[in-house]
Amino acid sequence: MASILVQFLNGLAAASTLFLIATGLSLIFGVTRIVNFAHGSLYMLGIYVAYSAVNAFQPAGPLGFWGGMLVAALAVGALGALIEILILRRIYQAPELFQLLATFALVLIIKDFALWVWGAEDLLGPRAVGLDGAVSIAGRRFPEYDLFLIAVGPLVLGLLWLLLHRTRWGTLVRAATQDREMVGALGVNQKLLFTSVFALGAFLAGLGGALEVPREPAQLFLDLSAISDAFVIVVVGGMGSIPGAFLAALIIGEVKAFCIGIGNVEILGVVVSFSKLTLVIEFVVMAVVLVVRPWGLLGRPQAIQRAAPSHIEPPLRPASRGLVAGAVVLGVALLALPAYGTAYNVVLMIDILVFALFAASLHFLMGPAGMVSFGHAAYFGLGAYGAGLLLLRAGFPMEAALVAAPFVAALGAALFGWFCVRLSGVYLAMLTLAFAQIGWSIVFQWDSFTGGSNGMVGIWPAAWLSAKPTYYVLTLLLCAAGLLAMRRIVYAPFGYALRAGRDSPLRCDAIGIDLQRIQWAAFTLAGAFAGLAGAIYAFSKGSVSPEVMAISRSVDGLVMVLLGGVQTLSGPAVGAAAFTWLQDTIARNTEYWQSLLGLTILVIVLAFPRGIVGFLAWRFGRAEEIE
Amino acid sequence: MTADAPILELSGVHAYYGRAHILSDVSFTVRRGEVAVLLGRNGAGKTTTLKTIIGLVPAVKGEIKFSGQRIDGLPPYRIAASGLGYVPEDRRIFTDLTVAENLDVGRQPPREGVPSWTLEKLFALFPNLAEMRNRPGGRTSGGEQQMLTIARTLMGNPSCILLDEPSEGLAPVIVDQMAVAIKELKAEGLSVLLSEQNLHFATAVADRAYIIEKGHIRFGGTIAELSANEEVRNAYLAV
Ligand SMILES: Nc1ncnc2c1ncn2[C@@H]1O[C@H](COP(=O)(O)OP(=O)(O)OP(=O)(O)O)[C@@H](O)[C@H]1O
Ligand SMILES: [Mg+2]
Repeated sequence: MASILVQFLNGLAAASTLFLIATGLSLIFGVTRIVNFAHGSLYMLGIYVAYSAVNAFQPAGPLGFWGGMLVAALAVGALGALIEILILRRIYQAPELFQLLATFALVLIIKDFALWVWGAEDLLGPRAVGLDGAVSIAGRRFPEYDLFLIAVGPLVLGLLWLLLHRTRWGTLVRAATQDREMVGALGVNQKLLFTSVFALGAFLAGLGGALEVPREPAQLFLDLSAISDAFVIVVVGGMGSIPGAFLAALIIGEVKAFCIGIGNVEILGVVVSFSKLTLVIEFVVMAVVLVVRPWGLLGRPQAIQRAAPSHIEPPLRPASRGLVAGAVVLGVALLALPAYGTAYNVVLMIDILVFALFAASLHFLMGPAGMVSFGHAAYFGLGAYGAGLLLLRAGFPMEAALVAAPFVAALGAALFGWFCVRLSGVYLAMLTLAFAQIGWSIVFQWDSFTGGSNGMVGIWPAAWLSAKPTYYVLTLLLCAAGLLAMRRIVYAPFGYALRAGRDSPLRCDAIGIDLQRIQWAAFTLAGAFAGLAGAIYAFSKGSVSPEVMAISRSVDGLVMVLLGGVQTLSGPAVGAAAFTWLQDTIARNTEYWQSLLGLTILVIVLAFPRGIVGFLAWRFGRAEEIE
Repeated sequence: MTADAPILELSGVHAYYGRAHILSDVSFTVRRGEVAVLLGRNGAGKTTTLKTIIGLVPAVKGEIKFSGQRIDGLPPYRIAASGLGYVPEDRRIFTDLTVAENLDVGRQPPREGVPSWTLEKLFALFPNLAEMRNRPGGRTSGGEQQMLTIARTLMGNPSCILLDEPSEGLAPVIVDQMAVAIKELKAEGLSVLLSEQNLHFATAVADRAYIIEKGHIRFGGTIAELSANEEVRNAYLAV
C-alpha cells in the first residue's frame, strides 16, 4: 500500500515536468501552427544551462540556487524569442514539411552545441538548497523536492489559465489560435504575439529542464526522449488544449512511475522488465486514446485551416523515351562499376544505392501518398534488425533472412501505419516520430535480444555473395527492382487513387475510395521497401546497431528527398547520391557533421521557403501570371 | 484635405487567386461620411475587392489610398490599425471566446476626429448583444453573430468600415435592424463601403452605388441614378 502511494507521488512529480514541456509545445502550435521539434532540445538546454548557472551561483546561498534556475529558464525563453524572430518568422507561409525540417535542423544544431559546450559526460547538478531533505510518507522517505515539483504542475496550470483568460494578451492568443488571419485584420500585430508565445513556450520548456537538475543528470539524448514524450502527451491530451496536456501528463507520468515501480516480473516463466517497457506502455495508452478519440482526450476535431496556401502538386509525367534510354545507359555503367572503380568506390556505391531505395520509399509515402513521416528509419531499422535476428537468432540462411526481412518491416509498418493513417499533416509527422523513437528505445534497451546499444555483429552474406563486387551487383539489382516497382505502383490505379486522396480527400470519399485503407497499404509498402534497404545495408556492413533506426537517420531521408525535390520520382535517388557522397566526404573530417547538416537544412529552407521546385516556378513563372 | 476628398480610393486595381485573374482595373471612390455600395451577382468579385482593400489579397497592380495614404502592399494589421475596419462575409466570430472577449480582440486606442466606441455605446446600437456578454461566441444565432462581427470591428474605432454582405442569410426583421444600424453609423460620421446583392437593402441605406461584374466595374453613380437606369440594373443585377 505504502509503496503504491509512493509510486503515485513519483508519477505526479514526473507529470509536472512533462506538463511543462508539452504545454509549451501545444501553445506554440495553437498560435503559429508550427510543431516545434526543437522543444525537447530547449528542455535539454534548460537542464544544461541550469546546471552551469546553479553551480556558478551556488556560493551565494539559496538565492543563488533558485536564482540560477530562474536565469536558466529565462535564458531559454530568450533563445526561443530569438529563434522565432530569426528563423520561424520567415517560414510561416512555407510548406509544412519545411517548417518541420527547420525546427528539426535546430535539434541537430542544439545537440552539437551542447556537446561542444558541456561535453558528452552526464552532469549531475547539486541538490536543491532548502529542499534537500526527505519527509516520511506512510513510513517511507520521500524527497521534499519531489513534493515541491508535484505542486509546480497545478501552479503553472493555474497561472497559465489566468494569463489566457484574464489578460488581453491571453484573449488575443486564444483568438489567434482559432483564426489568426482575422486577428490581423482587426489590427493586431501578430509578430509580437507570435514571438511572445514562442518565448513563453520556450521558457516553460527551459523551466521544466531547470527543475530537473537536482533529480536527473544532464544528458545529450534527453532532447529526443523529451520531444517524443511531449508528442505522446499532446496526441493523448489533444493538440492545443492546456488542460488536456495536464491530464495526459498525469496519465503518462503515472504510467511511467508504475512501470518503473513494478520492475521485473516473471510472467509464464519469462522475466518481463516493466521498467524498460515504459515507452511501449505509453504507446499502448496512446493507441487506445487514438482509437477512441482521434483528436485526443480534451482536444477537438482538427479545424479546417483557413487560407491555407493551396499547394497544387503538378501531375507526374511518365518517363519519356530519352529518360528510359538514359536510365539504361546509367544501369549498364553502374553494373560495370567493379570493372573500372576502386574497391572503395564499390563500397560507397552500395551505400548510395541503399539510401536511394530508402529515400525513394520515403518519397513514395510523402509524394504520391502525401504523408510526411519523421520516423521512416524505423522501417529501415526493422529490416536491418529483422535480417540480423533471423540470421543469428532464428538460424535462417542468409538468403531467406534477406527475403523475409522486408516482411518484418512491413509488419511493423502495418502496425504503426494503422494508427498513422488516422491522422494527417503535423499530427501524422508527430506520431511517426514517436513510433520511431519507441522502436529505437526497444532495440536500444533489449540487451539480451537485440544486443542493446552495441547491436549485433556477424551478419555476413552467404559465401557466394561475400565478395564485395558480387554483393554490389546484388544490391544494384535489388535496389533497381525496388525503384522500378515503386514507379509501377505510382502509375497503377492504386497510385492514381493515392494521388487523388492526397489532392482531395473529400472528393475521394465521394467516389467511393476508401482512403484510409489505401493509405494504410501505401504505408505498409513504403515500410517494406525501406526494410529491404535496411536488410541489404545490414549484410553489407556485417553488423547492425541502434543508429540504423535513430531519428537522425529518418531526417537524413527527409533531407535526401528534399535535396532531390519532392515533385519528381527520380529526385530521391539523386538526392540520396548527393547526400551520401557529401556525408562521406565531410563527416570524416568533423565531429560536428550533425550541426553542419542542420545548418544546411536551415539554409535550404530559408533560401527557398516555397520549396526548391516552388522557387523555380515562382522565379520563372511569375511574369506569365501577371500578363 | 478638403471635406469631400475621398476617404477611400481605388485606381486600376488588379488581383489574382493563384493564376486566376479576379479583379481587372477596378477603380472607384468612397467619399467621407457617405455609404457606398458595391453591387454584383454571386462570384462577381465583391468579396475579393474588400479583401484586396484590407490587404488579405494582394493588389498586384494599381493603387489603393485610404485617407490620402497608399495602403496597398501593407499587411492587414497595419491597414486595420490605420482606421479601416473590415467585417468579413462569413463573420469569423471567435467561437471559443465570449461575446465580450470577441469585442476585446477588436479593441484599438481612440482615434482623433473619429467616434470612439465603448461597450455601452455598442450595446445601445445592438441591444441583443448586451444580454449575452458572457456567452461563447459560438453559441449565438446568425443574426447575433452578424451584429457581433460589426461591433467587434467598431471596437477598433475605425473612420471607415468595409461591410461584406451584412444582410446575407438574415431574417427580414434583422435585415431592417441592420439597415437602421448602418444609418446610425453614418450619422456618427463613419464612411461605409458595403457589398450587397440585395438591391432593396442597398437602396435603403446607400448614397452611391458601383456595380461589379466579372471583376470589372460596370457602373458608378448615385443611388438615384441607379434607380433611374433600368438598363444597367437588368444587365448586371437581375437574376
Ligand atoms: N480562394 C479562392 N481561390 C480561387 N478562386 C476564388 C477564391 N475565392 C473566390 N474565388 C473566385 O473569385 C471570383 C470572385 O469571388 P468573390 O468571392 O469575390 O465573389 P462575390 O462577388 O463576393 O460573390 P458572393 O456574392 O457569392 O459572395 C469567383 O469567380 C470565385 O469563384
Ligand atoms: Mg462574397
